[in-house]
Amino acid sequence: MVEPPSILVEELVKRFGSFTAVDRVSFRIAGGEIFGLLGPNGSGKSTIIRMLCGLLTPTAGRASVVGFNVAKEPEEVRRHIGYMSQKFSLYDDLRVIENLEFFAGLYGVKGTLFKERIGWALEMAGLKGSEALLTGELAGGWKQRLALGCAVLHRPRVVFLDEPTAGVDPLSRRRFWELIHQMSADGVTVLVTTHYMDEAEYCNRLALIDAGRIVAGGSPSEIKRTAIRGDLLLVECAPLGRGLELIKRQPGVLDAAVFGAALHVVVTAAERARIELAAALASAGVEASRIEPIAPSLEDAFVALTGGHPGGSERAQ
Amino acid sequence: MLGRIWRIIVKEFIQLRRDKYARFRLIVPPIIQMLIYGYAATFEVRRVPIAVLDLDHSQESRDLLARFTFTGRFSVAKILRDDRDIPRTIGRSSIPMALKIEPGFSESLRKGQTAHLQVILDGTNSNTALVAVGYVNQIAATFTQEYARGRVERLMPALAAMAPQVELEQRPWYNPDLNSQWFFVPGVIGSITLVLVVNLTAFAIVREREIGTLEQVMVTPIRPVELILGKTVPFFLVGLADVALVAAVGTLWFRVPFRGNLLVLLLGTVLFLLNTLSIGLLISTLCSTQQQAFASAFFFLNPAFILSGFSFPITSMPAAMQWVTYADPLRYFLIVLRGTFLKGVGLDVLWPQMAALACLTIILLTIGVLRFRKSVD
Repeated sequence: MVEPPSILVEELVKRFGSFTAVDRVSFRIAGGEIFGLLGPNGSGKSTIIRMLCGLLTPTAGRASVVGFNVAKEPEEVRRHIGYMSQKFSLYDDLRVIENLEFFAGLYGVKGTLFKERIGWALEMAGLKGSEALLTGELAGGWKQRLALGCAVLHRPRVVFLDEPTAGVDPLSRRRFWELIHQMSADGVTVLVTTHYMDEAEYCNRLALIDAGRIVAGGSPSEIKRTAIRGDLLLVECAPLGRGLELIKRQPGVLDAAVFGAALHVVVTAAERARIELAAALASAGVEASRIEPIAPSLEDAFVALTGGHPGGSERAQ
Repeated sequence: MLGRIWRIIVKEFIQLRRDKYARFRLIVPPIIQMLIYGYAATFEVRRVPIAVLDLDHSQESRDLLARFTFTGRFSVAKILRDDRDIPRTIGRSSIPMALKIEPGFSESLRKGQTAHLQVILDGTNSNTALVAVGYVNQIAATFTQEYARGRVERLMPALAAMAPQVELEQRPWYNPDLNSQWFFVPGVIGSITLVLVVNLTAFAIVREREIGTLEQVMVTPIRPVELILGKTVPFFLVGLADVALVAAVGTLWFRVPFRGNLLVLLLGTVLFLLNTLSIGLLISTLCSTQQQAFASAFFFLNPAFILSGFSFPITSMPAAMQWVTYADPLRYFLIVLRGTFLKGVGLDVLWPQMAALACLTIILLTIGVLRFRKSVD
C-alpha cells in the first residue's frame, strides 16, 4: 500500500537573479518521517524550507505539503505546518506566556483548546512555572524549546525546523531531539536542516545538499555505505602535513583529508594499502603511530561526495 | 479574523507599555515641541539692535532716529562716529542694521527737497532683514508725512485743511493681535502627528522584519489584511491620543481659541491619520532595516513639512512646487486645523480639504496595502 507523501518536491528551482540557490531538487517524505537536509551554509537548505512554507515562490518545479500546492494554496499549507526559522524569532519583550498566547491566537486556536494547547506547549518545553519570564531573558536552549512550542500550538501535521539547534549547548540539543522524536512518534512529519553530523544521524532519512543540488540521499547508514567507493583508513602520523602530501601521491589512494589530529584516507583495498602506506611513510621519515581501517562516518561520506566539510570552516563535531 | 487582529493589537500595546523609551517618545517630545513653537517661533521683529550714524546733528535727524526706538521695533545699541565704523559693525557684531543720516539732511527737508536716510543691512538673515526694512519704510513714511503736514500747516493753514490723507486701519480677523502662537500652535498639531505616526508605523513593521518575527507571523494562517489592521490600529489610536494631548496643551496653556466644531476637527484628524499610516506602511515596504526606514522617513517628512504651508506661504512658491503641495496631506490638514481652531468654520468651508484628504487616503492606502502584500508574500 502506497501512502501519499506528506511532502512532495519535484524538480524545484529557485533563482535569485542569475544565482541559482536551489537547482532541480526532488524528494518525497512520508508521514511521520524525520527527514534531514544536510549541507554547508549557503547550500540552499533554508531556501527549500522557505519555499515549502510559502515564504518564497519557486522559480520552477512543483512542491506540495499535505497535498496542497505551496505556490497556489499557501494559506492552506500554512494551516498545517509549523515553522521554526534559523534565527530565533519570537518577541523578546513579551513574556513566555504572552508569546504563546499571541501565536495561539494567530493560529486560530480557540475556546478550551486555547488553554489546553498552551499548557501542553509549556509542559513540553519544560517552561512550566516560567510563564511570566521575559522571553529575552531565557537561555538559548529554553528559547529554542519555546520557539518549537509556539510553532506546534495548532498541532500541525508537518514541522519545518531550520537549523533548530544552532548555538545551543549539547545537553539542550539532546533534549530538543527527544522532542522531535516524540512528535514523529505522534505522526508528525519533520523536515529539519542541519550541518551537524551527529544530528543528521538522528534522522530517518537524509538528503545531502551542496550548492543547491542534492548529491546523495537515503538513510544515514545507506549514505555511509554507498558514498565511499573503496575502504577507509585512519592514519595517525607526524608531521601530519608531510604525511598527507606523501599519501596523496601513493598508488591505490583515492582521496585523503585531515580529520582532527589524523588523516582519513580512501583506498581501493584496505589490507594492501595498510602495508604500502606504512612502508612509504617510514622510508620518508614520517612516523606513523597508527594505520587501521575504520567505518566511514557521515562526514567522510560528505567529503567524498562534495570535496568539502558540511560545516565549512567551523567544522562539524 | 477579528480574533487575530485583536491579538496583534494587544501585543502591540504590551510592547509599547514595556518600552520605556517608546512611552517617553510619545509624550515628552510632542509637548516640548509644542512649547518651543509656542515660545520661540515667531515671525515678529522686536527690539532689533541698530547702530546709528548721525552726521547732520539737527533737530530733524534726532526726531527721525527717536521714532525708531519709540516703536519698540528697534533699539539703538551703538552710536557711530564716522563711515568707517559701519563695516566694523555690520556683520561683525550682533547688530544687523545701521542707519546713516548724511550732513545736509535737515537742510534738504527745509528746502522741500528729497533727503536721504541710508539703511545698511546684514542680509544673511534675509527674513529679519526683510521685515526690518518694512518697518523702516513705515517709520520713514510716517515721518515724511507728518513733517510735510507740519510745514504746510505753518505756511498755508488753509491749504493744509484741504490736503487729502489716507489712514490705514488694520483689522486682522480671527487673530486680531497677529499673535504668532495662534498661527503656529494649530500647525504644530499637524506636523507632530505627521512625524510621530509615520515613524511609529514604519519602524514597528521594519523592526519585525529585521528581527525575523514578521516571517514567523507570516507562516501562520494570518491574512495580509489582518496583519495590516493589527499593526496600524494601535498607531491610529496613539496618533489620536497625541493629537488630543498636543491640542490640550495648545488651548489650555497657550490659550489658543478653539472656535469650530470638534467633530469637524475629528473627521479631519481621522482622515489625516489614515494618510500618515499609509505613508508609514509604504515606507516599511521599501526598507529592510531600521536605518533605511529612518533615512526614508526623513527624506519624506522634511519636504512634506516645508511644502505644507506650515511656515512658508504656498502662494509664494513657484508654480511647479505649488502643484507638488497638492500631494502633501499636511497641507490640507493645516487648513482644517487653522480653520477649526481660529476661524470656527465648518464643513461648508472645509469640504474641499476633507475631499482631498479622503482622495489621498484612498490612493496612499491602496498603494501601501498592495505593496505591503507583495512584500510579505
